[in-house]
Amino acid sequence: MGLLRDRSLIPIGLFAAAYLGIALVVQNSYYLLILTLVPIWAVMGLSWNVLSGYSGLISFGHASFFGLGAYTVTLAMVEFNITPWLGIPLGMVVGVVAAVLIGVPTFRLRGHYFALSMLAYPLALLYIFQWLGYQEVTQPMKRDNPAAFMQFHDDLRVYAVLALAMMVVVILVSLRVERSRFGMSLLAIKQNEAAAEAAGIDTLKWKMLALMLSGAIAAAAGGLYSVVQVLITPESVFGMLTSAQALIVTLFGGVGTVWGPVIGASVLIPLSEGLQAELGSKLPGIQGVVYGLAIIIIILVAPEGVFWKVRDRLVGRRGSVAAAQETVAVSSAPVGAVPHRVLPAPVGGRTILELTGVSKAFGGLKAVQDVSFAVEQGMILGIIGPNGAGKTTLFNLLNGFLKTDAGTVKFEGHDLIGLKTNRVCRLGIGRTFQVVRVFQRMTVLQNVIVGAYVAEADDARAALLACDALARVGLADHADALAGGLTNKQLRLLELARALAGQPKLLLLDETLAGLAHGEIDDLLEVIRGLRQDGITVVIIEHTMHAMVRLADRFLVLDHGRVLASGLPGDVVEDPNVVEAYLGKKWLARARH
Amino acid sequence: MSGGEILLENFLQALTAGLMVGTIYGVMCVGLGLIFGVMRVINFAQGDFLMLGMYASLYVIGGFGLMTTLGPYWAPYVGAVLAGPVLFIGGYLLHQHLISRVTGFRALGVENEGHYAQLILTLGVSLVLQNGGLIVFGSEPQAVKTPLSARAWEIGPFVGDNVSVFLNQARGYAGLAAIVIGVALYLFISRTRLGKSLRAAADNPNAAIYMGIDVDRAHRIAFALGTAITATAGGLVATSYPFQPYVGFDFVIIMYAGVVLGGMGSILGAFWGGLTIGMVQQMSTLVLSPQLQNAAIFVIFLLIVLIRPQGLFGRSVERT
Repeated sequence: MGLLRDRSLIPIGLFAAAYLGIALVVQNSYYLLILTLVPIWAVMGLSWNVLSGYSGLISFGHASFFGLGAYTVTLAMVEFNITPWLGIPLGMVVGVVAAVLIGVPTFRLRGHYFALSMLAYPLALLYIFQWLGYQEVTQPMKRDNPAAFMQFHDDLRVYAVLALAMMVVVILVSLRVERSRFGMSLLAIKQNEAAAEAAGIDTLKWKMLALMLSGAIAAAAGGLYSVVQVLITPESVFGMLTSAQALIVTLFGGVGTVWGPVIGASVLIPLSEGLQAELGSKLPGIQGVVYGLAIIIIILVAPEGVFWKVRDRLVGRRGSVAAAQETVAVSSAPVGAVPHRVLPAPVGGRTILELTGVSKAFGGLKAVQDVSFAVEQGMILGIIGPNGAGKTTLFNLLNGFLKTDAGTVKFEGHDLIGLKTNRVCRLGIGRTFQVVRVFQRMTVLQNVIVGAYVAEADDARAALLACDALARVGLADHADALAGGLTNKQLRLLELARALAGQPKLLLLDETLAGLAHGEIDDLLEVIRGLRQDGITVVIIEHTMHAMVRLADRFLVLDHGRVLASGLPGDVVEDPNVVEAYLGKKWLARARH
Repeated sequence: MSGGEILLENFLQALTAGLMVGTIYGVMCVGLGLIFGVMRVINFAQGDFLMLGMYASLYVIGGFGLMTTLGPYWAPYVGAVLAGPVLFIGGYLLHQHLISRVTGFRALGVENEGHYAQLILTLGVSLVLQNGGLIVFGSEPQAVKTPLSARAWEIGPFVGDNVSVFLNQARGYAGLAAIVIGVALYLFISRTRLGKSLRAAADNPNAAIYMGIDVDRAHRIAFALGTAITATAGGLVATSYPFQPYVGFDFVIIMYAGVVLGGMGSILGAFWGGLTIGMVQQMSTLVLSPQLQNAAIFVIFLLIVLIRPQGLFGRSVERT
């Protein structure tokens, strides 16, 4: 396991060793309690970070898992005399199950709707547990064999060590996630979910796995919390503050890094507990005020959290995710170590894609009406038509963003209707977007690696495919640049490379030439022609006739959702219907002269 | 009284209670809907604005001696309405000095559109308000006392003199006041220039920018106005609901449920969303234990969000 030799583990080891040293020396039971709570809340923050930090789906509901973990451990002990040593793993199972039950409906939602819906689960659970009569549950003392029941109230140092061990394990798990395609896929989802799905990432699968892992971790934190606190109430484990605490420690410390929750918990938990102890009796509420002010100030000073702020100061610029370091090494490897799949030379005649009677309406607007056409292997088909002709809608139907109302779509014998977008990509259909959708805060190479996962199960080889795709579009020199800083032309090339990395047989290019200068258009045309040389079939949408006449083998003209004309470019541009659709009747008369 | 009559009476009782509570929830939700719609910021402190509205109402009534000048009938409602301007100023200043730093233009290009920073900032504000409230107002539950809360109207009897509905007068007047405020808001939003521009900004924040609406100003007004409206609703709630500084938690979910139900971006939809939530909450008592009242709200909320995520009056369009 490469992780064991990783230099980035040194700070974690040092931190854990120092923490262990302190925990073993401290005698004061109150300090030991704080030393136990810090890792527990750090674990809770790490759990939140696995879902919300990496995937960007903000959860206000992590108290659900924390509370279920706490209640599973406690009730297993009270009702069935099951030791927390088994209860905590059991709670983690409950956490995973809850994650599935919550995830299945809730992942249909996005953005604010997702965040707010997540808020409802723990609060509903809170009232349900009250109603069930579990207002206050205490774990019974087992005086004859306390260790077997995880009861170390005589030596609280054991709890601090247990909590620390749990935190270290969770940090290692998080790092594994961060550096694998799991983490990369989540990051891609965070930046642009539709693009990730179109690049072949099974977004639902990864989000679900993230929530399951996150749920298990939060449940473990809740389980240990219940053992340490002995007594739990629905408010203390399902309450708003529990979810908020997970979010606060992570956001304070820094999102998307394992250090964030650790820093956040190490600063905020002692601060809040200390204030409570010092001032709580004299001025109730003062600790909440100071705590609140502390997070307000930090967020104004360092909106992305302490870790990134410090890192920016030290490193100079915000480095990309940890995975970058590994992939940079790969990018300098000789290009072409894994040759891209060589497709049969363009033969022509063999139909690769066939649409029959495809229709789609949005309410009363018939965006695509009864469209039928076939695309032959190795050809470049240009789809042209005025604004609102249904061109992009057609692409969205082809790659599964939209569901067709009627008609069939066959790709190499596979029926595409009803397939999810990532499945369509998996079959070998790549696409780019009219409005560029790149993963802004990832490097160029990382963007393309995300596109390569669909073609390659091994992460290292996926990176090689990505390097190869970058070389093909001529972006190899920019591999380590952040995608957010590219020019329009480079962004178009990047999207193309990302689609290419998935080793597509068919590419759907949506206005790839839009907004480019003349010289730039020529460069892109060259790249696209090169794709045909490699046997990739291309369907390209374009407004402007000029470039298309030089590129496409066949034209298909759409107007008001219908096929207006199709055939050889020369014939199509002469077609009076086409001229009329483009220029209006007035020009039709002039064109005839 | 037969079983059927008891059922009917309970039903009518829950229905009227739902309507009364619902109109107040509706007004609350309009306040949040304005902020959420225009700014697209999840504001955790909204429940605490409600709480501040309750205390503002209490202290305005006490401070100006409204009970003696206006009498116990009018004072609570005038107090609630006056809580509005007080919190308007508070919301305006809060946006100017804090919220605007992490929203609007300053959030553009920041990780995850600045949502992380917005969340933690409003959580921080919420913590400060709640706990600051504890220091300033104390933890003793308070109430805006009105002699009306001890009286009830009897509506009925119907069905052979057996069925009648009792309506607490304090709740009834608060509900009526909420309706008046709701109508005033409706006129403001649909008739005035400012109201229309706010509605436009909520419907499509980006398009509003292109149409030349000053975003920072629109945000500030929306935030201040949203705070004021919710605070006024708080003043109305205060006449029949004992409160302490942590009372915001009880309502913040109700508000979000109402706003999402009505459709994010639809200010008037938020009113109907809030009304629906109030009805669901009260009607659920017919079949569920009162302890599960709020759980029922969440379940309904989840169901509606899942079936129709754009809400009852919203719409969702995304271009690829």
